[in-house]
Amino acid sequence: MNLSLATLLQLCVLLPIFATLGIVALRRHQNLREAVSIGTSVLVFYAVVSIYLGLQGGATIDVNWLQILPGLSLSFSVEPLGMIFSLIASFLWFVTIVYAIGYMRGHNEDHQTRFYCCFAIAIGSVMGVAFADNLFTLFIFYEILTLSTYPLVTHAGTEAAKKGGRVYLGILLTTSIGFFLFAILGTWVIAGTLDFTQGGVFPAGANTAVLGFILVLFIFGVGKAAIMPFHRWLPAAMVAPTPVSALLHAVAVVKAGVFTVMKICVLIFGIDLLSVLPTTQSLLYLAGATVLLASVIAMRQDNLKARLAYSTVGQLGYITIGALLASSMGVVGGSMHIAMHAFGKITLFFCAGAILVAVHKSKVSQLDGLGRRMPITMTAFFIASLGIIGIPPAGGTWSKWYLLMGTMDTQQWIILVILLISSLLNIAYLLPISMRAFLFKDPTSNAAVGIKEAPLPCLIAIGITTVGCIALFIYPQPLYELASSILQTSSIAHGQ
Amino acid sequence: MLAHLPILQVIVPLMAAPACLILRRPQLVWLFTLLASALAFIISILLLQQVMQTGTISYELGGWSPPWGIEYRIDKLNAFIALIISGVSTVVLLAAQTSIEKEIPQDKHTLFYILYLLSLTGMLGIVTTGDAFNVFVFLEISSLSAYSLIALGRDRRALWASFQYLIMGTIGATFILIGIGLMYQMTGTLNMADLATRLPEVAETRTVTTAYVFFIVGVCLKLALFPLHLWLPNAYAHAPSIVTAFFAATSTKVAAYLLIRFTFSIFGVSFSFTTLPMEILFLGLGLLGIFVASTVAIYQDNIKHVFAYSSVAQIGYMIVGFSMSTNAGLSAMLLHVFNHALMKGALFLALGAVLYRVGSTQLRDFQGLGRQMPLTMAAIVLAGLSLIGVPLTVGFVSKWYLVVAAIEKGWWPVAGLVLLASLLAVVYVWRIVETAYFKAPVVGKELVQEAPMTFLIPVWILVSANVYFGINTRISVDIATAAAQSLFGVVP
Repeated sequence: MNLSLATLLQLCVLLPIFATLGIVALRRHQNLREAVSIGTSVLVFYAVVSIYLGLQGGATIDVNWLQILPGLSLSFSVEPLGMIFSLIASFLWFVTIVYAIGYMRGHNEDHQTRFYCCFAIAIGSVMGVAFADNLFTLFIFYEILTLSTYPLVTHAGTEAAKKGGRVYLGILLTTSIGFFLFAILGTWVIAGTLDFTQGGVFPAGANTAVLGFILVLFIFGVGKAAIMPFHRWLPAAMVAPTPVSALLHAVAVVKAGVFTVMKICVLIFGIDLLSVLPTTQSLLYLAGATVLLASVIAMRQDNLKARLAYSTVGQLGYITIGALLASSMGVVGGSMHIAMHAFGKITLFFCAGAILVAVHKSKVSQLDGLGRRMPITMTAFFIASLGIIGIPPAGGTWSKWYLLMGTMDTQQWIILVILLISSLLNIAYLLPISMRAFLFKDPTSNAAVGIKEAPLPCLIAIGITTVGCIALFIYPQPLYELASSILQTSSIAHGQ
Repeated sequence: MLAHLPILQVIVPLMAAPACLILRRPQLVWLFTLLASALAFIISILLLQQVMQTGTISYELGGWSPPWGIEYRIDKLNAFIALIISGVSTVVLLAAQTSIEKEIPQDKHTLFYILYLLSLTGMLGIVTTGDAFNVFVFLEISSLSAYSLIALGRDRRALWASFQYLIMGTIGATFILIGIGLMYQMTGTLNMADLATRLPEVAETRTVTTAYVFFIVGVCLKLALFPLHLWLPNAYAHAPSIVTAFFAATSTKVAAYLLIRFTFSIFGVSFSFTTLPMEILFLGLGLLGIFVASTVAIYQDNIKHVFAYSSVAQIGYMIVGFSMSTNAGLSAMLLHVFNHALMKGALFLALGAVLYRVGSTQLRDFQGLGRQMPLTMAAIVLAGLSLIGVPLTVGFVSKWYLVVAAIEKGWWPVAGLVLLASLLAVVYVWRIVETAYFKAPVVGKELVQEAPMTFLIPVWILVSANVYFGINTRISVDIATAAAQSLFGVVP
C-alpha cells in the first residue's frame, strides 16, 4: 500500500467508524464480527505507526475537512504529543479487543454487537482528539467520545448501571458544555483563533486576570482529566464491563482528558504565559490535593475496580501537575506518564477482569492466596503495580523522575513533597493486593487447589501489556524523544 | 409574474383555502393543500434569492403608491422568516394525512386543511406586509384559524386549551391594535417605512411610549415570552400533532419577527434601548424564561408538555440575543429562529408518530420504544441533541453565536448562564432516552411497529436538516447575518 500520510491520518479516524457497519452487518456471525474489530484495530495501528515513521522523516501533515463556521474548521495535523497519545491508544485498542473477546464470551455478556460498535466509534473519536488541529475539532471529538462511551458504561442495563451512566454523562456534559465550551468561546473572542500554536495563541498584553479565569474554566471543563471535585464520573463508570474500564477509563477517555489539558497548557496558553497567570499556582495545589485525596480514598476501597479507579484519579493529577508546572521537564514527565500509566493501569484492569471471569471475585479482601491459583495474572498485577508506583523494573520510574525534576526546576517544593507522599500512598494501596495474593493463605480451602486462569485471549493481552510496562523501562528512548520534542518541533510540524 | 411574487406569497394559500371546499375528497384536499404550501415555499425561495441579490422589494398593492396604498415590502429579514414558515409547513404537511386519520374525525378533515391554509396565509401575510394595520388583520386571520385548529384536538382538554389561548391571544391582539392605533394617531400613517421616518419627530411624547409598550406587550403575549407563556403548553400539548409541529416551528417566530421589525426598523434601537430600559427588561425575562421553563420541562410527564416548555425556554434564548441590541446578538437570535424551527418541527412531528402508533405521549408509554420504533426514536434523540446544542447540529451553531455575541458585549455571566442552561435540556432529553432505551416495555402491553413512511420521511427530512445546517452553516449564517446587518443599516 502506498497511501499518503494525509490519507492515513483520515483513515485512523474513519476506519473505526466505518468498521461499525461491518460489525452490524456480521452481527449473526460472532467470529467474523470480532475479526472485523481485530482487523480494523491492526489497520489503525499500522496507519499510526506509518504516520510516526513519516513524522520521523520530517514530513508534515495537514488535513482540512470542512469549514463549519467562518475561521473554524474541522482539521487535523500531527504533533509529537498527539503522536504519543495515538500510538498508545491504537496499540492498546488492539490488545483490548483481544482481551474483550475472551472476557465477553467468558462472561456471557449480552448486546455484544452494540458493545463492539460503540467501542469502535470511541476509538475513532480518540484518534480525532489526538490529531485535532484546533480546539474546535478537539471539542467535537471529545463530545462524541462522551456520547459513544455512554452505552458502554450502561452496558449491563441494570439499575446500578443506569445510575452510574447518569453520573458519567451528567458530570462530563456539565463540565464540557458549562466550562470547556465557555472557555473555548472566551479564547475565540480574545485570541480570534483556536488553532494549536507553539507558544500559545493569546496576544501579548491580554488581561491576565481574564486569561487566568479561562484557564480555570479549561481545567475544570476538561472533566475527563478528573480533577476534583469533578472526578465522580470515573468511579461511577466502573459499572462498565472490565474491557471498557480498562481501555476507556484507564487509557482512552481519561487520557483524552489529560491530553487535552496538556495541549491547552502548551499550545493554547504556552508555558511562558502559563507561568505568570494568577491562577496557575492555585490550580497546581488543587491538582496536588486531588493526587493526595484520591490516594487516600483508594486505600479505603475494598472493591478492586473502585480502588483502581481512584488510583487513576490520582495518577491523572500527576499529569495535570506536569502540564501546569509550565516547565519543559514537567511537560516531558507529564506526557511520558500518559504512556506509562496507560500500560500499567490497563494491565491492572485486565487482571481485575481476569480474576472476575476466572474465580468471580471482585473484592480486595477476597483475594487471599489467589497467587497460587492465578500465578500469571497476579505476577502481571505485581509488575504493573510497580509501574504505577514508579519503581523499577517498570516504566513509571522515568515519568515520575522527570515530574520530580520539573518540580525542582520550578521550585515547587510543596508539590515535590506531595508527589513523594503520594508515591508512598501508592505503595500502600497497591502492594497489599499482591501481598495478599502471594503471602496469605486462602481461608476457604485448606487443600491445594489447581491453577485456574482466565481464558487464553485474556492472558495473551495481559502478557502483552506487562511486557510493555517493562519494555518502557528498559527502552524509553523513543518515548522520551517524542515527549521532549513537544515544546520544539510542533512549530515546524505546523509549518510556521 | 416575478414582479407579483410578494402578493402571490399570501394569495396562493389564501385562495387555496376556499378551493378545498370544492374538492371534498380528503385525499385530494390533502394533495391540494400540500401543493399550495409547496408553491408558497417555492415563492419564498425565489423572493429570498431576489432580495439577496437586488435588495429590498417594494410591491404596491393595486397600484396605489405608498404611503396611501398598502405596500408589501420584502427585505432580507422577512424573506428569511417567510422561507422558514412555508418550508416547515410543507414538510409537516407530508405527514398530515396519516396523522389526522387517527386524531380528527373523518368529516372534519376538509375543515382541517382549510384552517391550516388560512393559518399559513395569516402568518405569511404578517411577515410580508409593509402596513401596520395589515399586520393586525393577518394576525387575526392566523389566530382565529389557530384557535379552531387547536380545538380540533382529540379530547375535550383541547377545547379548554383553545379557549385559554383565545382569551390570551385576544388580549394580545387588542393590545397590538391599541398600539397601532396610537401610532396612527401620532403620525397619521400606517405604512411601516413611513412610520419609521415620522416617529422620531414625536418620540419624546408619552403617547408614543404608550404605543410602543402596548404593542410590545401584545407581541410578547403572542410570542409566549415568559411570564406571558401560560397559554402555550396546553395549546401545544392538546392540539392535533400536525398543528403542534407546525405552530411550534412557526407561530412564535412570527411574533419574534414583529418584535424585531417594530423595535429595530420602526421605533429604532435608540428609542427602545436608550430611551426605554428594554435591554435589562428583555435580558432579565429572557434568562428567567430559560431557567424557569427548562426546569418546569424536567418535571413534566407528558412529552408534548416537555417540549412545549422547552419552546418557552428557547424563546428565552432568542430574547437574550435580542436584548443585546447588537449586530451579533440579532444574528444569533435570527439563527436560532431558523434552527429552533428545524428542531421543534422534527421533535413534534416525531411525537406525532409516537402518538399515531402508541396512542399517547406520556413518558411511561415510551418504555421500550427504542426497540419498537428505532427510526422514530433515533430521530427524537438526534433532534434532542440538537436542542441541547451538541456540536455538528444546528443547536450548537445557535449557542455558539449567542455566547460569542454575549462575550463580545462583555456579558460574561450571561454567556455562562446560557451554557449552563443547556444542561437543563440534557436532563429532560435524557429522561426520554433512558425510558425509551433502558426500560423494558410494560408487560402485557401490545408491542407497536415502526411509524409509517409518511411520518418517517418528513421527520427525517427535518432531522437531516438539523445535521446538514449544523455542518454546512454557510447558508443560514449568511442570511441571518445579512438580515441583521440590514436592520442596523450596515451595508455588507
